[in-house]
Amino acid sequence: MSRVVISAAIRGATAFVAEAETNLDAAIRDRGEDHKVEFPGTAFQLPMIHALMGLEVTTLGGLKPVIAHCRELLPAEPSEKLWLPYLGAGLDAGVTALLAMEATCALRYVDAEAIEDGFTGFISDTILRELGIQLVDGRMPGFAAVLGPAPTDEVALHVVRELQKRSILTFLMCNSDGVSMRDQLARQDVELGWDTYIVPVGRDTHSAIYVLDWAIRGGLTFGGHKKGDWESCLRYCRERIFAFGITFGPIPDDWYAVGAGAIAMGFPVISDHESTPEVRPTGVTTYEALVRQTDPEQIVPTCIEVRGVKVKVEEVDIPVSFSPAFEGERIRREETYVQFGGKYSKAAELLETAELDEITDGEIIVRGQDIDAAEAGGVMDVGIHIRVAGRKMKADFDGIFERQVHRYCNEAMGFMHTGQRDQIWCRVSKTAFEAGFRLKHIGTILHAKLHDDYGAIVDKVAVTICTDPAEVQDLIDHAVPAFAARDERVAGMTDESVDTFYSCTLCQSFAPNHVCMITPERLGLCGAYNWLDGQAAYEINPTGCNQPVVKGTCIDQQRGEWEGVNQFVYDHSNRGVERFSAYSLMENPMTSCGCFECIVAIVPEANGVMIVNREYPGETPIGMPFSTLAGSVGGGAQTPGFLGVGRLYLTSKKFISAEGGLSRLVWMPKDLKEAMRERLEQCAADQGLDGFVDKIGDETVGTTSEALLEHLAKVGHPALEMDPIF
Amino acid sequence: MKTPKERSVDPATIEMLDHVADQGLSTAWDRFDAMQPQCGFGQLGLCCRNCTMGPCRIDPFGDGPSEGVCGATADLIAARNLARMVAVGASAHSDHARDVTRAMLAAAEGGDYTIKDAEKLRRLAKEWGIETDDRSLSDLAKDVAETALGQFGQQEGALRFTARAPEITRKRWEDANVVPRGIDREVVCLLHGTHIGGDSDPKSVMMAAMRTALADGWGGSMIATELQDILFRTPEWLRSRTNLGVLKEDEVNIVVHGHEPVLSEMLVAASQDRDLVALAESKGAKGISLSGICCTANEILMRHGIPVAGNFLQQELAIATGVVDSMVVDIQCVMPALADIAGRFHTKLISTSKKAKVPGATHIELDESKALQIAKEIIRISIENFPNRDTARVKIPDVSSPLIAGFTAENVFTALGGRYRPSYRPLNDAIISGRIRGLAAVVGCNNPKHMQDAGHIAITKELLANDVLVATTGCTAIADAKAGLMCPEAATEYAGKGLLEICEAVGLPPVLHMGACVDISRILVLLSNVVAEGGLGECLADLPAAAAAPEWMSEKAVAIGFYAVASGAFTVLGEPLPVQGAPGLTKFLTDEVEEIFGAKFAFESDPVKAARLMIDHIDAKRAALHLPGPMYETPYAPKTAEPAMSAAE
Repeated sequence: MSRVVISAAIRGATAFVAEAETNLDAAIRDRGEDHKVEFPGTAFQLPMIHALMGLEVTTLGGLKPVIAHCRELLPAEPSEKLWLPYLGAGLDAGVTALLAMEATCALRYVDAEAIEDGFTGFISDTILRELGIQLVDGRMPGFAAVLGPAPTDEVALHVVRELQKRSILTFLMCNSDGVSMRDQLARQDVELGWDTYIVPVGRDTHSAIYVLDWAIRGGLTFGGHKKGDWESCLRYCRERIFAFGITFGPIPDDWYAVGAGAIAMGFPVISDHESTPEVRPTGVTTYEALVRQTDPEQIVPTCIEVRGVKVKVEEVDIPVSFSPAFEGERIRREETYVQFGGKYSKAAELLETAELDEITDGEIIVRGQDIDAAEAGGVMDVGIHIRVAGRKMKADFDGIFERQVHRYCNEAMGFMHTGQRDQIWCRVSKTAFEAGFRLKHIGTILHAKLHDDYGAIVDKVAVTICTDPAEVQDLIDHAVPAFAARDERVAGMTDESVDTFYSCTLCQSFAPNHVCMITPERLGLCGAYNWLDGQAAYEINPTGCNQPVVKGTCIDQQRGEWEGVNQFVYDHSNRGVERFSAYSLMENPMTSCGCFECIVAIVPEANGVMIVNREYPGETPIGMPFSTLAGSVGGGAQTPGFLGVGRLYLTSKKFISAEGGLSRLVWMPKDLKEAMRERLEQCAADQGLDGFVDKIGDETVGTTSEALLEHLAKVGHPALEMDPIF
Repeated sequence: MKTPKERSVDPATIEMLDHVADQGLSTAWDRFDAMQPQCGFGQLGLCCRNCTMGPCRIDPFGDGPSEGVCGATADLIAARNLARMVAVGASAHSDHARDVTRAMLAAAEGGDYTIKDAEKLRRLAKEWGIETDDRSLSDLAKDVAETALGQFGQQEGALRFTARAPEITRKRWEDANVVPRGIDREVVCLLHGTHIGGDSDPKSVMMAAMRTALADGWGGSMIATELQDILFRTPEWLRSRTNLGVLKEDEVNIVVHGHEPVLSEMLVAASQDRDLVALAESKGAKGISLSGICCTANEILMRHGIPVAGNFLQQELAIATGVVDSMVVDIQCVMPALADIAGRFHTKLISTSKKAKVPGATHIELDESKALQIAKEIIRISIENFPNRDTARVKIPDVSSPLIAGFTAENVFTALGGRYRPSYRPLNDAIISGRIRGLAAVVGCNNPKHMQDAGHIAITKELLANDVLVATTGCTAIADAKAGLMCPEAATEYAGKGLLEICEAVGLPPVLHMGACVDISRILVLLSNVVAEGGLGECLADLPAAAAAPEWMSEKAVAIGFYAVASGAFTVLGEPLPVQGAPGLTKFLTDEVEEIFGAKFAFESDPVKAARLMIDHIDAKRAALHLPGPMYETPYAPKTAEPAMSAAE
C-alpha cells in the first residue's frame, strides 16, 4: 500500500538531504563559498534547481538556500496509525530528493570525480537538442529509465530489445550489489550508446538525476518555460515527455525517493518485483503511478500502456528487428558478411515515378545472385530501382522519397546504409545474414515504409534489385541524367520565382509561438525540410504543419518582408510575432524552436557574424559555447543578432542578405568549414569573394574576439570594410 | 418511553442516559416523549399564525377548511412557514459572519485578535480586487473586513462569492432571478413577502427563499468560513479525539458550546496561560482541559485539535458527568434546559453572546476589544469552581474515538500534489475512472425523533461501501468521528474497493471532516474546484454528487438544504420538510424545482434507502457525463450505467 511506498521515499529523501548537506559543508570548508559549481555543457546551471526553484546556482554558497529549502520541504514519515494524508508529502519528498541529489552530483563535478568509463554522467544541452527533432516527429516516442540489473542477463537483453524495437530511448542507472544493467548488456555484446538508444548514465542511484535533469530541460528548452515556473515545467514533463521508470528487484528506500521524484514529474514507475505495492489511482501521473509487472515478457508492454506512449510499430516483415533505434548502428568490417558500394564496388539507388498500370504493388524482384552467393566478408554490385505510382504522385516527389531510402534501410538491425544516389555504401552484418536477411528484404522495407509514411500519395511501390554488374551499370547510366535534372530544378529555384512559401509549425508542440518559414532559398532551421519538402508535406496532409503561405505584397525586398507572411506569422504565433524578415539577422529575425542545426550570432567587434554548429563543443569568440547560446535563442522568441539556421542556408544567396550576406561571416568551427568547403567556395566565387573561405576564422586562430580581430586584420577580411552592422 | 439503546447508538450516550435516569434527571429525550403526540398541523406545515385573524389551520384530510381566513391555501401557508425557517437559518449563519467580520475589524485596529493567515488574507483581497501591493496586514484586514461588511447591506448586484461558482451555475441563478444581492436585503425581502397579503404565489415565495438561502451559502456562511480562516488560521490536518470520554476527571474541564469561535479561540489561548495553569494546580487539578460541543467544538477542533465532547444531544449529558466545571456557551443550538441541569451539578453555565442570554446562567459578554482578558476571567471562574465538584456523582463514560480533521477546499490541492504538484486532478481522475463513484455531503443535526447518530452512521456506511467519498460537517461530523469513520484505517473496514484505493493512495480517511456547519461553504468551494478542474461537467448540478441531512432539526438546516438545492445538489432529508400537507408545494420542492436548478429535495427517513437515492442520482449523473460505472463491483449495483473498467482506463 502507498503508505509503505511513501514512508520509504521519505526515508530515502531524508538520507539524500543529509548527504547533500554534509557534502556541501565539507566543500565549502575546503574551497570556500565562492568556488564555482556547474555541470558541463548546459546553459541551465543545475537544471532541476533552475526550473523548480528559479535559482541560478553557480557557486557552492549558492547551494545553501537549496539545502535550506530541502530541509523545509522534507516531510516526516507518516505514522503507523491514524496517519495524516501523505500523498502530497510523498511527492514533496520526491522533489526534495531530486534537489538534494542534484546538489550532491554537482559537488562531484566540483571535485572532478571521474565518470566511470561507459557511462555518460551529466547529459549536455547539445545532446538534448540533437534529439529534439526526433522528439518532435515522433520517431522517438518515449524514454525509459531502467533502475538496477535485471534478474538475468537474458531478461536484460529482452527488455532493452523490446524498448529498442519501439524506438524508446533507454537510460541505464543504479546497481544491485554493484552490478548494473550495463554490465549485463556488455556481457552479451550489446552495442550501447546514443546511436543504439541504450545509454548507460551511471552506476549509482544518484545518476538518475542526470536523466531527470534531461527531462526537466525539455520544458525549459522546447516549452520555453522560465526558471522558477515549476508549475509549467512540471506540467510540461507530464504532458509532453513520455518518460517512465522500470525497476528490477526489491525497491530500496533511495530508489523509492527517486521514484517519488519521477512521479512528481508525471513519470510512472513499473516494478518487476512482487514485493512492490501498487499505486494505481491516476492524476499525478496521466495513468497509474506505480505498477507491478512480474512477467518479464510483459514489462515493456505494461510500460507503454501505463505511460500512454504512442508507438507506431510497423510490422515490417523481415527476419531482423526494425526500428529507428537501429538507425545509427555501425557495422564494423569484422562483423560484415557482405558489402556493396563505397570504394569497394558499384552500387546505386533510384526512385522514379511510374504510371499506375505500369507496376504491381508489392512486387519485389531480385535479379542476379543474392547475398548467399557471396563469401563471408565479400563484396557485390547492387542496384536498387524503386518505382512508385499513385494518383497524387508526381516526379517532383522522386528526390524526397528517394532520400528516405537511407533512413528506412538503416532502421533494419544489421543493415547499414550510407550515402545517396550512385554513391551508396551498404553492409549486411553476419548476424543479420544468419537470421535470414536477404536482398529482397530491402524491397520489403521500402514497400512497407513508403506506404506507411506517404500513404496519401503512394498507391503502388515496386522494387527491383539487381546484382549483375552489367545491369547495375545500366541502372546507373539511366539514373545519372535523372539526378542532374532534379538538381537543376531545385538549384534553379529562387524566392522570387515562387509566390508561395511553406510554414512549418511541427515544433509548436514544444515552442508554441514558433513559426518556421521555409523558402526556396532558406531551408528549415532544423536542416531537414526544404521548400519542396514543405510542398510535398502539404500535399500529403493539407491540414498538417506545413501550410502554403502566399507572400503577398512585398514590404521590403532587401530584408525579405511580405504582408502575407507577416499576417500568417502573426496569426500562427499566438499573436506573438508581428513582423518577420526572411533575410535579416538584426531586424525581426525568424524565431527558433530549439532544433536548429547551427546558430548565427553577431560578433560586434568584428562587424560580422559567426556561425557555430551543434556538434562543436568549444568556446566561441563571443564567449559562449553552442549550448549557452542555444538557451537564449530557442523557445520561439525573436532575438535580434541571433538566429537558428540549417547549415545549408549559409550558402544561399539569401543568407542574411539584409546585413550583406556571406561576406559578414568571420568565424566558424573548422570541422564545419571543411565539411562545407566546396559549397562555400562556390558560393563565395559567385559573389566575387576570392579566397574568402580561408579568411574565415576558426578555433585554430582563436576563440577570443582579440585573437579573431587580429586574424581578420591580417587576412584582410571584407567584413572589416563593410558598413557598420548595427 | 424508549430505552437508552433505542434513543442512541452512541455507547457513551447510552451509558449516560442510564446514569441520568438513575439520578432522576430529565433530558431532551424525556421532554420529547412528554411532548407526544406532537401537533400534526405543525408537522405538515398547515398552521398559520402570521396575523391575528388566525391562527388558521388547513384540514389535511379535506373535511375542514381548505384555506385560511385571508384565503391562503395549504401550499401558501406551508411555503410561508418554510420561508420563515429559511430566513432564520440564513440569519443565524450570516449574523455569525457579521460578528467574525467585526472581530477582524478589531484585529485590524490592534488588540487581542491578530491575522493568523496572512496569505489567505492577501488571496481574498486579490479575489475582491483590493490593492495588496506594499500594504500592511492591518490595512488589508480593514479593507477586507469592510468589504465583507458591505455584503450585508449591499442593495444591488451579486454577492462577491457567487463569482466562485461555475459559470453555468451562475447562469442558472440569473435565469431564475435568484442571484443574491445583499445578505440582509434578501432576508428582509423574504420576510416581507410572507406578511399577510404579501406574496401569494407559493412558488414565488420558494424562489425568494432560494435567493435568501444562496445569500447564506455563498454569502454569510462563506464569509464566516473565510474570515475565520484568516483570523484564526486555515485548518490543516490534525488528530484528535471525540466523545464524552475526553472529559478529564483530574483536570479543570471547560466545555465550549454553540457556533461562533470568536471567544473560544481566546479561550484556547488563555487555557495555556501559565498563571492560570498554576492556579488550576493550586486547586488540585492536573491541568486545564478544553473541549467542546456542537460547532464551536468543530471550529477549535479544526484549527487546534481541541477534543470534542459530543454533538447536539449530548450537551446535557456532558454536564451530567459531574466534571464540567464550566460550560461556556455562545449561540445557536444551546438548549435553554442547560441552566436547569447545570444547576443540579456544580457546573457554571456561562453565556457570552450579547444576542443569547440564558436565565440562570452567568453572563460574561464578549467584548472584542478585551477578549483575552474576558477569556482568562472565564477560565479563572472555572478553575475556582473545580473544588466544588461532587466527586461521588462523577461519571465519565470511558468512550472516545480518535479522528483526523482539518480538511478544506484549499488543502485538497496539497493533499493530492504536495507543494509542487498541487491539483484536484487525482480527485477528478478518481471520479472519472469510477474508483470514486461520486461525492456526498452528509451534514446536519441530532433530533430525538431519530435514534441519535444512527442515521448519520448508517447513511455514511452505505455510501462508503458503494465507493462514495463523504464530506461532512457539524453534528454529523461528530457522529461519524465517534463511530470511528474518520480514522484513515476506517477505509479498510468500510470503503468499497475503489474508494479504498484512493484512500490508501492519498492517506485519507473515507469521511472528511470539513468543519462546522458554516463550513458547508467549504464543500461548495471544493465542488466548484472539481468542476473547474474539468472532465465532470460544467456546473455543480452536473457533478456525480449528492447531499443528505439524516437527522436535521434546525432552521439553519433548512437554509442549508435550500442553498444546496439551488446550487445544484440533490438533497435527501431524513426528516421531511414541514410541507407534506401541501401537495403542490411538495411537488415543487421534490420535483419541479429540478427544472430550474438541476436538483431537488427528497424525503427518506430510512438511511440506507436515503443513501441509495443518492447513489441512484450519482449513477444517473455519471451516465449523463458518459462516464463508466463504478470500477469495481459494489454492494448496491448501478441500475443504468455500464459496468466497470471502460472509458477512463
